[in-house]
This record gives sequence, structure tokens and C-alpha cells, in this order.
Amino acid sequence: MYKDLYINTGKLVRFIMRRDRIRISIWIISIIVFTVLIASILPDLYATGADRQIMAETMKNPAITVMLGPGYGLDNYTDGAMMAHFMLLFSAIATGIMGILFATRHTREDEEEGRIEMIRSLPVGPLSPLTASFLYIVLANIVISLAVGFALYPLGLQDMDLNGCLLYGTSLGAIGIFFAALTGLFAQLTSNTRATIGYSFGFLILSYIVRGIGDVENEALSLISPLGLILRTQVFVNNYWWPVLLTLGISIVIFAASLYLNSIRDLEAGFIPTRPGKRNASGFLLSPLGLSLRLQRTTIISWMVGMFILGLSYGSILGDLEGFLDTSGIIQQMIPEAEGLSLTERFMTMLMTILSILGTIPPLMFVLKLTSEEKKNRTEVLLSKAVSRNQVLGSYTLIAILAVPIIQFMSILGLGCAAVVVMDDAISFNTFLKAGFVHIPAMWIMVGLAVLLIGYLPQHSNLTWVYLGYAFFVVYLGDMLQLPDWLNNLSPYGHIPEVPIEEINIAKILLLVLIAIVLIIAGFIGYKKRDIQG
Amino acid sequence: MAIIEVKNLVKKYGSFTALNGVNLEVNQGEIYGFIGPNGAGKTTTIRVLLGILKATAGQATIFGMDAWKDAVEIHKRVAYVPGEVNLWPNLTGGEVIDLFVKLRGANNNKRRREELIERFDLDPSKKCRTYSKGNRQKVALIAAFASDADLYILDEPTSGLDPLMERVFQEYVMEAKEEGKSIFLSSHILSEVERLCDKVSIIRNGKIIESGSLEELRHLTRTSVVLDTKELISDLDKLKGVHNLEKKGNSLYFYVDSEQLDEVMKYISKFGIVKLEVAPPTLEELFMRHYKGDGGEL
Repeated sequence: MYKDLYINTGKLVRFIMRRDRIRISIWIISIIVFTVLIASILPDLYATGADRQIMAETMKNPAITVMLGPGYGLDNYTDGAMMAHFMLLFSAIATGIMGILFATRHTREDEEEGRIEMIRSLPVGPLSPLTASFLYIVLANIVISLAVGFALYPLGLQDMDLNGCLLYGTSLGAIGIFFAALTGLFAQLTSNTRATIGYSFGFLILSYIVRGIGDVENEALSLISPLGLILRTQVFVNNYWWPVLLTLGISIVIFAASLYLNSIRDLEAGFIPTRPGKRNASGFLLSPLGLSLRLQRTTIISWMVGMFILGLSYGSILGDLEGFLDTSGIIQQMIPEAEGLSLTERFMTMLMTILSILGTIPPLMFVLKLTSEEKKNRTEVLLSKAVSRNQVLGSYTLIAILAVPIIQFMSILGLGCAAVVVMDDAISFNTFLKAGFVHIPAMWIMVGLAVLLIGYLPQHSNLTWVYLGYAFFVVYLGDMLQLPDWLNNLSPYGHIPEVPIEEINIAKILLLVLIAIVLIIAGFIGYKKRDIQG
Repeated sequence: MAIIEVKNLVKKYGSFTALNGVNLEVNQGEIYGFIGPNGAGKTTTIRVLLGILKATAGQATIFGMDAWKDAVEIHKRVAYVPGEVNLWPNLTGGEVIDLFVKLRGANNNKRRREELIERFDLDPSKKCRTYSKGNRQKVALIAAFASDADLYILDEPTSGLDPLMERVFQEYVMEAKEEGKSIFLSSHILSEVERLCDKVSIIRNGKIIESGSLEELRHLTRTSVVLDTKELISDLDKLKGVHNLEKKGNSLYFYVDSEQLDEVMKYISKFGIVKLEVAPPTLEELFMRHYKGDGGEL
């Protein structure tokens, strides 16, 4: 009986690899290439010990700590310490996302689409599909761990020995495995793909926030976040292996729990029960706009709350930032104080850009929802009624466009509330509002791009996410990696004035809004002309 | 009056031709059967009719309006049931029915809605994610029959229904016909097409290969005969128009070309008929002949 539970798992693993061979290769190669690329340009950027020491001083900035994790080895800031500090958290989040996406794909998504049922009708053990998906992701992460380790080592950077390089790689792999296991658990608890992805990403974001606050305020708090825990490896300085082992151990426990839940539940069922709903539709639902609002109701509300919390958590460090900037001589030398502006306000502009880019995620999700509706043949059903294509695309676009200022307001509100509590000399809410709302045109351009792709290349509409990821990367690490300005100018966020440091150029803002409008109109024209797929 | 008119409709995907000059004409008050094997182009034709796909060439009009350009105007008077009904997992069946009726622009006739829900035996308070294929189909059917449409486009609407529900479906189709409405029914269930449809078109490889009333189609084909005679019949297979002669026990089984029936009857009557069963070809036989062979033997 025991062996039958897992029979043919190996064959399923190979089958999954066959299905995913291109998809997973792209992820693995991107992560390796990206890591090696950054590691090879870093030593040239900060060539002398003095350069690095200045950087080390900047790293004590609580704002940087929230973004990148706590500094260590700052007294003798070597290439290795810098590499780990810049890249470890960021790359671990990438493997975490990879773990979530691939785990969902092969657990709840396969189940929801009825593919697991097909597999289970073959001589395959009841726990084999779940085990195979997990093993597959573990294998992928082992590849990443070893490949990253062995690719970094030959670069021969200061303080980066083989042990350290492998630890760095394994730290990434461990986070990938952890989030895959966690997603596997959510796949048992919830009964649909959206909920599985939603809970998993929610946990990832929560881990990031808890770690950010913990790194600044309270070390113990960071340890309960898997992302905070993995940073305690202090790679290339102290090379502790215990956080990796602990993460892997917890992953196995979580996986065992999901196996248990898998074994006691029915196929296609979850543990969160479905309640009977309404027999009749409310008047609110009965229009294309009402329908799309209703479908995304929970997502919209969760993102509003989420962005408020994110704003709050970024804001919570403003007090520490104020104190740090007052005492740090080097920083004061580096950044000459502009007239009437505190240094905190200057850092705030960068925080604002990051919040704006993160705040673009929900509007993009709201508008790109239409492509998944189309794939599932639901757009077809709508269009077979007396509903025009403009109405369908219009309702999704409208939600996204309106979501931009609302979401932006929520994160500003969070930031402002926290600032009032933690700062001695609080930045006025008005300043936050201006600095935040000035980003709206760039966010609209991203929505416009998504609409354009929906109009002409719906199967490639996910490119919007790649572009947003690029924009995020350029802002997040651009300064530290001393990336040239033109790279920043390729992103719409690069053209937004840094209020309150820079003046608002009305003409430029209007031009950005105009670009967004043109993109949206072009998308509508394309959408009217093309075939609806499904 | 022609409700649906399709002329030389062509739909290409790159180099692949899905529809290669389809012609159709559905008149008011007709139930029009549309049959063909998987991948023949049934659903593609329907999607062009609904203005969801744009035709590469040719013409498709409904109520005299262009299916692509005037889609919204047309859809106010059309009810559609897709073959694969995909609904929103987090809405209930009842909500979806209301939504569909409302989006067609029709008024919600509460009594009619409740009657349909009861006849089709659907629990409208359940979330769509819990529905089986048959139940999802019921939701679409209820929404279609609850709306007061002039044309019903039904794409394999009963493929997931049980025989009882199939009968309920057929009753509503007949009711719609009696009210002078037109029905365009794509189906694989040939007995259903046979029972309901006034006219039938058979599509294969993107082309209509046969069209007409069932009577007309049958006329083109063979009648099946089972025969017992007192005396042994010789040389029956040499007779013109006799096919597939088989002997099982005392009985002879064979097919006769419709136009040769008279000659054959005269011939066999000489041998003293003990038992004679003559049946018109079923749609299934028709269908099989069209699909398996090249169709040229007709």
C-alpha cells in the first residue's frame, strides 16, 4: 500500500520537465546570467577601498536596509559583502516568485483544468502528482544553486571563495524551494488557482514587509520571515549555513503537511468551503463594468489594503532615516542640502518611485484580467450578447485607470500616517501627495501599454510585466550600479520629476498623459478589428 | 424571409483554411440543423456569425445586417449557447442568468425564469465552479430561453445533458419554432437533429457538402430492406441499384438506390414475400456515408 501512494512519480517528473523545458530554462538561465552579470561589473564600479567604504556608510541608511536588508561586514566592505548586500534579497525574491508560479502551475492549476484527473486515472499513486511537482521544483532549484555557485567562483572576486559562492547559490535555491512548498500547501487549502497564487504572493509580500521592519527595528522579527532568515547567512563575510538548513527543514515540514492534506481531501476540493450564493443578481452586476468590478472585487480591495500597509511600513522607517541622516557626516557631504528641503524628503522621492512602480501592479492586473477571460472563452460569451467590444475593453480599462490614483492615494496615506507618528519634523501630507500623484502619468502609460498589447498581441500581453520589472530594477539598483541615465529614461518613471526636489514641468506631464491616451486609443482600435481567441 | 444568409464565407488562419466557401440560408421559423465531424468548421462558422471572428472573404448577414459590423445590433435579437460553456467560477448560476438576459437588453421575465429553472432542475444559488458540464449548459440554455430572442444559435447545446433534460430542451425548441422563431442548431446527436430540424446542412473540411430538407437528403440515398421470400431469390445482386447484399439466416439484408426501388420491388414480388421491412435511411447512415467516403458515391 505504501509504495502505491507514490508510484510512477519519477515518470511524472520527467513528463513535467518535458512540458516545461523552455519555460523553466528561461527562468534558470536568466537568474544565472543576471547574477554573473552584476557580479562582474560590481568590482569596477567600486574599485578602491575608499569607494566601498563610502558605500558602506550609505548602507547604514535605514531606507536602504528596508530595501536591501541589513548591512554586515561594513567595517571592511569587500566585493563579496557588497554583492550579497545588493543582490541576495532581490534574487531570492526572484526564485521565490519562480517557485510560486511553477508550483501553482503543476498543482492547483493542473487540477482545476482537469489534467490531474486524467493523470490520476492512469496507474499513478494518489500522492504522485504533488510529489512530482515538488521534486521537479527542488531539482530546478538545485540546478540554480550549483550553477550560480560555480559560475560566481571563477570570477575570483575578493572574499568570494567556493564555500561562499555555493552558499550564495544555495540561499537562492532554498527560498525557491520554500515558496514552492508553501504554494503546494495553499494549493491544498484553497480550491482554485487564483486563490492559490493570491495567498502565495500575499505571503511573499508579507515576508518582505516583516523583514523590512524587522531589519530596522527588531532583529527577532526578521527571523520569522523566510526572506529575513536567509539574509542571516551573511554570505561572503561569515558564511553561516544554518539559515539555509533551517529553511530547507521547514520546507520539508510544509511539504509533508501538504501531502497529508492532499491525502485526506477529494480531487478538486479545497478546505475553505464554498457557501451557497444569491439566486438573483443585484442590479449592480448587470453591466459589463459591473461584471468586471464584481469579478475583481476581492482583488481590488486586497490591493488597496496591501498598498496602504506597504506605505505604512516604508513610512515607519522615516524616523530612523531622519536620525541617521542627521548624524552621518559622509552622507551630508555626498548630498548637499537643497534649500528648504530636508534630506529625508530627498530619500522620500525614491521611496515614492518604488511605491508607484509596485502600485502599478494592481492596475495592470485589473486590465490584463481581460486576456485570461478571453482565453477561457468568457469574452466570447459576453460579445454574443448586445455588448460591444468597446464596452468590454472599456470597462476593464476604466477600472485600471481609476485604480491608479486610488491605489496611489492608499500608499501615500500609509506613508503619511506613519510619518506623522515616527518623525520629529514630519513631512507634510501635501508634499507626499504631490510627490506621489506626479507619478500617475507614468502608471497610466503602463496601463496604456497593456491595452495596446491586448488590442494587437494579446498572447504577448505579459510583456507589460517584463517592462515593469525592468523599470523597477532600474530605479531600485540603478544608482548603486551606476547605470547610465538613458537606461532609466527607457522607463516612463524616468521622466517623472522628483518632487519636491525638482519642479513640475506641466508640459512634460501633459505629454506623458497624451502618450498614455494614444496607447489606449490605439489598443481600442486594434481590439475592434481582431478576432477574439479562445 | 432569410434570417441568416451566408455567401462564400472564407476564414483563413495563416495558410490554414478553416472555412472554404460556406453557403447557408436559414429562413424565418425554421429549425436548421448544422452537422459535421469534429474540426469541420461548425464552431468557426458560428463564431463568424456572432462577429467574434472576422471573415477573410465572403458575406455573413443576420436579419439583413452584417455579422461583423452590426454585431451589437444583431445580438439584441439573438440568443447563443456555446458548446463549451465557461462561466465565472465565483458567480452563482442565478447571477449569470440575470447577467446574460440583461446584457442582451431584454427585460427579466421573472415567471419565465423560474419556470425554466424548475423545468431544467437547476440550483441557481450554487457557484459556477461547482457546476458540472451539464449544469453549466443548463445555465446557458435557461438564459437563452428566458430571453425573448428572434434567433437562437445553439452550438451542441445538449452534449452534457441527460436524456430527460434533452427532452425538456427539445420542447423549448419546438415552442420557439411555434412562435415563429428561427433556430440554428449545431449538433452531434443525430436523432435530435432528425426529430427537430426542417433543414440540414452537412459541413466537411470547411465546405458544405450537402444541404436540404431531410426528405431531400434521403431521396438522394438508399433505402434499407430486410426480406424473407418463399423461393430462393437468385441474381438479386446483379440487379441495378442493389448494394451490400448480405444473408443472415433466412433473411436478406440489402440497400436499394431510391430511384431503383420500383424496379426492385417488382422483381422480388415474383418470389413470394414472407416478410418485408423497408426503412428510410437514418441520418446516421447518411452522415456516415458522407464522412467516411469521399461523398462521391452518392
